[in-house]
Amino acid sequence: MPIYEMVFYAFSLVLLGAAVAVITVRNPVFAALSLVLAFFSSAAIWMLLEVEFLAIILVLVYVGAVLVLFLFVVMMLDINLEPLREGFIRYLPAGVAVALLMAAELMLVLWSRGRFDEHAFPIPEPNPDGFSNTRALGELLFKDYLLPFEVAGVVLLVAIIAAVALTLRRRTGMHRQDPAAQVRVQRGERVRLVKMDAEPRPETRPTK
Amino acid sequence: MLTLAHFLTLGALLFVLSVTGIFLNRKNVIILLMCIELMLLAVNMNFVAFSRFLGNLDGQIFVFFILTVAAAEAAIGLAILVVLFRNRQTINVAELDDLKG
Repeated sequence: MPIYEMVFYAFSLVLLGAAVAVITVRNPVFAALSLVLAFFSSAAIWMLLEVEFLAIILVLVYVGAVLVLFLFVVMMLDINLEPLREGFIRYLPAGVAVALLMAAELMLVLWSRGRFDEHAFPIPEPNPDGFSNTRALGELLFKDYLLPFEVAGVVLLVAIIAAVALTLRRRTGMHRQDPAAQVRVQRGERVRLVKMDAEPRPETRPTK
Repeated sequence: MLTLAHFLTLGALLFVLSVTGIFLNRKNVIILLMCIELMLLAVNMNFVAFSRFLGNLDGQIFVFFILTVAAAEAAIGLAILVVLFRNRQTINVAELDDLKG
């Protein structure tokens, strides 16, 4: 089935190219957009692995929410890019050396002695017709992993509250309504009764 | 024929690239956060590949939770970044030395 391999290699190339772009481009906006491309390509590769639900979640949640958040922040901050780039050339040899070393070690582990080849891990059969990845995942999630699921919800709630609490700021010198004070107000604070003598009637002007 | 090693290689290369990104962009907090997201993606790739090749859906549940935590992390990280920029007018890591560490 050569089409399967072709799709895998094409999307892998796009994914790795996008990752390289994320770490090398000068402009953070382009980096964020390259990250979008990387997530899209990996969603396609997850589709090849028949992990449909997570692929869709990756596009919807990551591309739709998290990366748009990145773009928002990048565009909101007025960053002077020049000082942030310094050291790029200086650390390039060290970074590339560490990368090559790590890659060589990982390849050694992955490809030696057939640890992960088709004998150790046989190629799985395609899922039968009518199999729903979402349904299987949902049953597992709501039966065996119910408590972690609830805890994940709490984590998200904490994240919401923390993000709002961090970025909320009280500006001084602003006039805003305080409904509680408006409701609490008493009659005595607004109405002042003044006792004074009656004044004599002013003289009427002669009319012409 | 695509074996498990192919997918694990892809995840490994992605992880190596993001580590390199942390080396190269040591000054820019935004790019550092993006590199962390890429690392999490590489880890998720391994989880998904193993889940598929072992025929066990628990790995996908784990990816689900990693995505949740990563979204929370990104939201809080960016909020901290915004507050940082508001107070210091910079996101250069080299200038964030208030703790004198």
